[in-house]
Amino acid sequence: MNAPAAGTNSLRNQPDERGHFGAFGGRYVAETLMPLILELEREYARAKADPAFAAQFDDLLEHYVGRPSPLYFAPRLTGELGGAQVWFKRDELNHTGAHKINNCVGQILLAMRMGKTRIIAETGAGQHGVATATVCARFGLPCVVYMGATDVERQQPNVFRMKLLGAEVVPVTSGAATLKDAMNEALRDWVAHVHDTFYIIGTAAGPHPYPELVRDFQSVIGKEARAQMLARTGRLPDLLVAAIGGGSNAIGLFHPFLDDPVRMLGVEAAGHGLDKQHAASLAGGRPGILHGNKTYLLQDEDGQITEAHSISAGLDYPGIGPEHAWLKEIGRVEYTSATDTEALAAFQLLCRTEGIIPALEPSHAIAAVRRIAPTMGKDQIILANLCGRGDKDIFTVAKALGAEL
Amino acid sequence: MSRLASAFAKPHPALVTFVTAGDGDTAAILDALVAGGADVIELGMPFTDPMADGPAIQAANLRALGAGTTTADIFRIAAGFRARHATPLVLMGYANPMLARGSDWFAQQCAKAGVDGVICVDIPPEEDGDLGPALRARGIALIRLATPTSDAARLPAILEGSSGFLYYVSVAGITGKQQAVQASIEEAVARLKAATALPVAVGFGVRHPEQAAAIARVADGVVVGSALVELVAQHGAEAAGPVRALTAALAQAVHRARAHA
Ligand SMILES: Cc1ncc(COP(=O)(O)O)c(C=O)c1O
Repeated sequence: MNAPAAGTNSLRNQPDERGHFGAFGGRYVAETLMPLILELEREYARAKADPAFAAQFDDLLEHYVGRPSPLYFAPRLTGELGGAQVWFKRDELNHTGAHKINNCVGQILLAMRMGKTRIIAETGAGQHGVATATVCARFGLPCVVYMGATDVERQQPNVFRMKLLGAEVVPVTSGAATLKDAMNEALRDWVAHVHDTFYIIGTAAGPHPYPELVRDFQSVIGKEARAQMLARTGRLPDLLVAAIGGGSNAIGLFHPFLDDPVRMLGVEAAGHGLDKQHAASLAGGRPGILHGNKTYLLQDEDGQITEAHSISAGLDYPGIGPEHAWLKEIGRVEYTSATDTEALAAFQLLCRTEGIIPALEPSHAIAAVRRIAPTMGKDQIILANLCGRGDKDIFTVAKALGAEL
Repeated sequence: MSRLASAFAKPHPALVTFVTAGDGDTAAILDALVAGGADVIELGMPFTDPMADGPAIQAANLRALGAGTTTADIFRIAAGFRARHATPLVLMGYANPMLARGSDWFAQQCAKAGVDGVICVDIPPEEDGDLGPALRARGIALIRLATPTSDAARLPAILEGSSGFLYYVSVAGITGKQQAVQASIEEAVARLKAATALPVAVGFGVRHPEQAAAIARVADGVVVGSALVELVAQHGAEAAGPVRALTAALAQAVHRARAHA
């Protein structure tokens, strides 16, 4: 985990000591939670400086998660798009099928260091819920996962997986009954169980120090990819592409490259279209405060949060991690979006050309790759994060394509 | 003396009542609170994502928003109230609706509408710059929360820049039915009063007159919210009568608590 110390002009030095990424981030929580968050910050600082913690983390990632994940050149997709070479970081091959487990391993080790005996989490697609249930089973800790009732409905296989792993899945019916409401409910649980409970947040958002620590745990993606790319091609990629829900797989890929001459593109979910219902908070939102941090949010003029929509449950969130808000403002990372329809087409394209069934979340990144690769030279390299596999989405995709299962 | 200071300078403890703006006939409900004997009124600003609230106040937030309540409506309600009553009025809610047009705009609207104080659930002292300076510049009290997790190390940060009164959240949890043990409240209030000259009001989980009276024996104020909000849920447009009756019972218990002690 321990990255080489970045210089003072580095873009890898965020956040500041108050948890701010420029004007974003911070610690906007109820007073009851403040002492816990400050304690977590102190303990994370100690863990970061402890070689034993890093060794434990690395060992679990290697032998339990199956890292390093491969770096894969996609020849037929590249041929079909007729431009830049397309490479994938294969985090969908991780244990539990997505990048989410990287973060869960780190956070449960922190929880145990802090003597916590009960784990809670929120989940959208169910991938973070499954990953949390998995590490809880591995370490024998009780686990409660809050999941919007709408998502429970559309992600049944993951609900069953979590139950098999021994977790209690609590359907949340408030609001639109999706990820944002699950996060509200997890925060309500946490204030009521401050002494024994650790909240494993699933994306690089929430109050400081979560955006920082989730990024650090997920940065294994970018560190591996950078070394693998250099070893295989002797050069850095020209463009990184990743899908954005809360932004954890994207920041995990991007962060180790921030000081390199590499372009980066985050892809938000444009749902039915940016002029209709979508989940693109950078494209269609403005700064506000929700779930412990200041960041771009989908909201009305009175500051009421508006419901997001994406075919992908994992991207169906009206906010984004604060580091992305900052990277957008300073212009270091570009952000675009892909609609449900574009993601579905990209999903099928990858199935056909590479024999890989991607999750609907990275299908948004692939949709952007499909637009951009043809505009780039054949000697250029795009590296996209294939952050999840599509088994969980089979029913959603079948329904969208009008197939009967 | 400010309206808030006067409310806590009365010869008896203060009854502080909470209702959600835009839930039911708010003007009539506020009048009922005053008629029943409330000394301070907290008016909840509805938010789509009330993370610190239990089911009763969550539902009130959604009813208010479902009825189309806007921020402009809330300030109209507050200004109307101020034209009719001298009782201190405090807006309580979450950061995002308060800051949607900037803290200066919000503080200015509060001043114009005769709002005396603001409680923002999700802006801790660490992020005071987002709201505190604008309120202070307009003479509006920033009322902070202290909780069972606010230890001696934490308390000075909370008190720095607090004004109006200190709101002691007696349970580590959300608003609603869970009640704190009386002994723990007494211990906490003693600790807080040793650290500040601000009046200390105790809330969360207070529903019944007997319970309110017990707390009023040691605290400067008692806050009741969910029990009143539930009456609005139950009686809808006809809620003013029952709200007034419960408020009167609570006021009697709180105001006489020390006489009986
Ligand atoms: C496979 C996959 N990718 C991406 C996401 C979005 O999250 P993030 O933006 O934090 O990577 C999710 C969330 O559930 C996911 O399951």
